[in-house]
Amino acid sequence: MKKVNYFLAALLGLSIQFASAQVKKGSVLIKNATVLTVTNGTLENSDVLVQDGIIKKVGQNLSAPSGVQTIDATGKYVMPGIIDAHSHLGLDVVNEASSPIVAEVRMKDVVNPYSIGIYRALAGGVTISHAMHGSANVIGGQNATLKHRYGSTDPAEIIMQDAPRTIKFALGENPTRVHGRGNGIQPRTRMGVEAVLRNGFNEAIQYKKAWGEYTTASSQKNSTALPPVHNERLQVLSDIIDGKIIIHCHSYRADEIYMLINVARDFGITKLVFQHTNEGFKVAPEIAEYTMGASVFADWWAYKMEVYYSTAYNAAILTANGAITSINSDDAELIRHLYHEAAKTQRYGGMTDDQALSMITINPAKQLGIADKVGSIEEGKQADLVIFEGHPLSSYTVPQMTFVDGVKYFDIKEDANDQRLRVSATEMVEPIMIFEGHDSRCMQDTESLFETTEALFNLNH
Amino acid sequence: MKRLNKTFFAFLLALLPMMAMAQIDGEVIKPRAGKFLLKNATVVTITKGVLTNTSVLVEDGKIKEVGANISADGAEVIDCTGKFIYPGMIDGGTKLGLVEINSVQETVDYAEIGNFSPNMQALTAVNPNSVAIPVTRVSGVTTVLTVPTGGLFPGTAALINLNGYTPDQMYAGFKAIAMSFPSSGRRGRFDRRSDDDIKKANDKALKEADDLWDNAKSYATMTANGAKLDYYPEMAQLAKATTGELPLLIEVNAASDIQAAIKWVEGKDAKVIFTGVAEGWRVADEIAKSGIPVVTGPIQALPTRDSDRYDTPYANAGKMAKAGVKVAIKTDGQENVRNLPFFAAFAAAYGMGKEEAWKAVTINAAEIFGVADKYGSVEAGKVANLIIADGDPFETRTNIMHVFIDGYRMPLSNRQIRLYQEFLDRSPGLRMN
Repeated sequence: MKKVNYFLAALLGLSIQFASAQVKKGSVLIKNATVLTVTNGTLENSDVLVQDGIIKKVGQNLSAPSGVQTIDATGKYVMPGIIDAHSHLGLDVVNEASSPIVAEVRMKDVVNPYSIGIYRALAGGVTISHAMHGSANVIGGQNATLKHRYGSTDPAEIIMQDAPRTIKFALGENPTRVHGRGNGIQPRTRMGVEAVLRNGFNEAIQYKKAWGEYTTASSQKNSTALPPVHNERLQVLSDIIDGKIIIHCHSYRADEIYMLINVARDFGITKLVFQHTNEGFKVAPEIAEYTMGASVFADWWAYKMEVYYSTAYNAAILTANGAITSINSDDAELIRHLYHEAAKTQRYGGMTDDQALSMITINPAKQLGIADKVGSIEEGKQADLVIFEGHPLSSYTVPQMTFVDGVKYFDIKEDANDQRLRVSATEMVEPIMIFEGHDSRCMQDTESLFETTEALFNLNH
Repeated sequence: MKRLNKTFFAFLLALLPMMAMAQIDGEVIKPRAGKFLLKNATVVTITKGVLTNTSVLVEDGKIKEVGANISADGAEVIDCTGKFIYPGMIDGGTKLGLVEINSVQETVDYAEIGNFSPNMQALTAVNPNSVAIPVTRVSGVTTVLTVPTGGLFPGTAALINLNGYTPDQMYAGFKAIAMSFPSSGRRGRFDRRSDDDIKKANDKALKEADDLWDNAKSYATMTANGAKLDYYPEMAQLAKATTGELPLLIEVNAASDIQAAIKWVEGKDAKVIFTGVAEGWRVADEIAKSGIPVVTGPIQALPTRDSDRYDTPYANAGKMAKAGVKVAIKTDGQENVRNLPFFAAFAAAYGMGKEEAWKAVTINAAEIFGVADKYGSVEAGKVANLIIADGDPFETRTNIMHVFIDGYRMPLSNRQIRLYQEFLDRSPGLRMN
């Protein structure tokens, strides 16, 4: 008995330690920069004071408290850390493709802090990425929001612990290909996709009801009520209905976007963000009215049938109609220059600097439910910051330094060639990867379902 | 058959009123030929410096004159005060026109079956009406090399202008035989071959390349000496590369492969152009010494090795140029060739400099492809492929105001813009009346 107590005490101690996993927090004073706050305009010749990972003060002529390093950013630009609302970086696996609904799986269980991609994203000013489950399922796994604290080898330190839960949904070609055409089960069509959604949510309501009845019954004296069997999948669906989880739905065509809006309405779900959303512009008023907006590519199209009728003006149309709009990467390469992707909205739709910058900062922050913590340069927010040489929306800009929680994780002047945290023991000769275009991982780990992996090359997103 | 025809015509007849209505309802702007005076601009000639307060006269598809005081005499005058004139950009390697939707096999025409098909003509398969073409040219890209891919000798690439309704109208006077040099690299995460397997495949492919080349050379010598040989179109085509009649575009990327390719080329009478050249920076001096020009890209790419500095793909073009290599840029694109100016900007920002980056997407490409007498700069006598912009076309905030190709004033619209016009303020909006 005593032994067990010791064990429990040890376990308790461990879990406390785990929950409060101490991430590094830094202090720094950035002087004389053009500060692009995003939410409060542009401040010329201004300073940003960071203490213990928090933006303490934004203003002019600030002085550094003792022990706080000062960085002269004269002639340079400071903006909030870039947030990518759609990424698959830092994940060991992406798809649990075994069923049209796999709500129970969690990306936070497969976070790989060694991924060199995280460092490369930092070199592009990205401090937070939404590490998503793939798009093989109608209702996929739960995503993880990562803070790019590269160098920490504990996955718990890479995960943004104070971000709300989110989950991946997917409509259209990918789930119908994997399940309908790959496995011969529903859904094979967009009708089937809707049925899978509605059946899943109705089952979750039944499950919730069964637990409700049990809870009532068991509170009675001398109750002999037995609890229903726990079902994590239905519990998660039930949490979605209760508004505890934000849906991030892979979608392309206007009809399927509108379908999910209707399903969400019917089940009282309001926490809904569309991902990719290439035809979002066709139902922009509906997206604006009912959802948390859309996270889109700047200009990707025509790689598959459901994105043929796309327009690079998508983000501008969505914005003009009042939808919260972000620009994402879904790609290990694209994530390296999201500032440039956002800048394309100026070519395609004449977005203002603040509108364009919002799409990679405060807007994705809103869609991930973390806008109270990050996404703009405001006193009290977490000090995720990037310093650029040249305006970040210029094609010639070069990111110089990237901070997460006030700690500098990238500095172009101190960048060593090899930034790997470890070298693979099994790869005696380092592999050379010839870049062959988009490096999305939306359909990774579904290879076994197809005759040739070539078939997957072009069907990734 | 007859009945089918009847039904078909009845169907067409029924459609006619609808087609007529569409004509009345929507304005269709066509490319327009004529005499144009682009007046009072800053002209970035590329080869002859930057000329302020200068006009450009376009006539008969050509740049007739570049100067300060050109008489308008019958020309349509376009006031370019405060605007900039550049030559149209040239993308040194794309699949534009050879594919419409990548995942729909029926629309993919860049990769023929087999390892040895140099006689496959990209120009034959170019779809002049591809939706991607107008999407591309509004960015100021007026000319692209469109290249077959796949096997060892996948086909013959062609340089095309992005104006015209037949491949012949689009053809810009350069063809080259494509070769994928045997690669020791991996093609991405899906490529899970062992190092040994890769080496074996590589050696085998090199041997095959040698054999094919030797045979083609013999084929060329024998035909030149009047021998009557069996019909062998593949060999007949590759023979043209062995004599230098058609240049050889060698796609090669890993450093050791580049070195092997330089060696492979030695002693051959081929006119060689390297393409891709992702790890060119590692062996830039050797490439420069070989005198082989390079079409590199895509610039916005991932480093080839995890241990490489993050910006190596951005810096690659500049490092090769600094070493003395003649460098042009390619997007490798199909639907997004429009990003060429932005790729060039990245190369510029990471060491190449703006001037050299501009050359890389204009005159260098024209010189490498042997068409510098027609393209690549704003000079009298050259083909009128021109961009007029309100700023630097490499910047996303710049508006491209006019694009001229072959002297035609091109409509600056495309399906993406028409969708914008239709859906920006949709009617009906959220609610029907």
